Amino acid sequence: MRLAILDRGDGLRTKAILALIRLFSRQPVVDAVKLALYRPDFYGGGAVTHEAMRGPSAWSVGDRELMAAFVSKVNACQFCIEAHSATSRIWYADDAKVAATLVELETAPIEEPLRATLRMLRKLTREHAVGADEMRAVLATGASRQQVQDALAVCLVFNTTDRLADTFAFAVPSPAAMEAAAKYLLKRGYR
Amino acid sequence: MTDITAMHRALVDRVLEGDGLASRQMRRAAFDNAGLAEPMRTLIDKVAQHAYKVTDEDIAAVRAAGLSEDQIFEIVVCAAIGQSTHQYESGLAALDAASEGR
Repeated sequence: MRLAILDRGDGLRTKAILALIRLFSRQPVVDAVKLALYRPDFYGGGAVTHEAMRGPSAWSVGDRELMAAFVSKVNACQFCIEAHSATSRIWYADDAKVAATLVELETAPIEEPLRATLRMLRKLTREHAVGADEMRAVLATGASRQQVQDALAVCLVFNTTDRLADTFAFAVPSPAAMEAAAKYLLKRGYR
Repeated sequence: MTDITAMHRALVDRVLEGDGLASRQMRRAAFDNAGLAEPMRTLIDKVAQHAYKVTDEDIAAVRAAGLSEDQIFEIVVCAAIGQSTHQYESGLAALDAASEGR
């Protein structure tokens, strides 16, 4: 972590929470948790992230976690690729589907609306803009307007989080710690 | 999904206009990735364009220019939210354009 303030935490309450997590999990606190706890009155991205990832949507939780992993792949953000591919794998109970989507979107065993949506998110993330033609291609596969909006919300929060993870240099935890974090995200979400 | 656009707008207002240690002018410049002096400009442009390329030296340079860790935290958060917000707005506008005449 490049900023010591994030490791230390602000205020006694945050320091106490960090100490309790270390005590009970017997694991180092994952850097994403430290960011979420740091000055929540300033950033506090958890509420928006939770709504995008766990709020009501025609996309499943697994689909949205896969979108998060996919967007993070486009941004080359290793921490978020690993965290959200783990979460998506556990939700789908399908390791191969997640791996295939991240490696070769065009041949991955996923439904066409999801594939077309991921294509659009890739362009938006890579080029910072998309046009009406890309959106028409997504809608033509049967994805609803609301589904596109929901996918744009996932893209929004992960284009924010990926940038913070890489700029602050989140450490990638051991596979066991990442697995535990992924299970926590499925059980409790992002708030 | 409930109206994430409203939640997002509140977040943007908070980081740009709420209490902070970096000036509102600097937070806005980071959000827009425009009008910053070096070495802040280099750091913030990397955050916006390719955050995986940010180095320890980029952070050290901004620190040496006199910014505290909390100020660095704030302008990086603003830059990250700014770039993702510009993308989001592009996506919503494209969706509106695609929905017209359907």
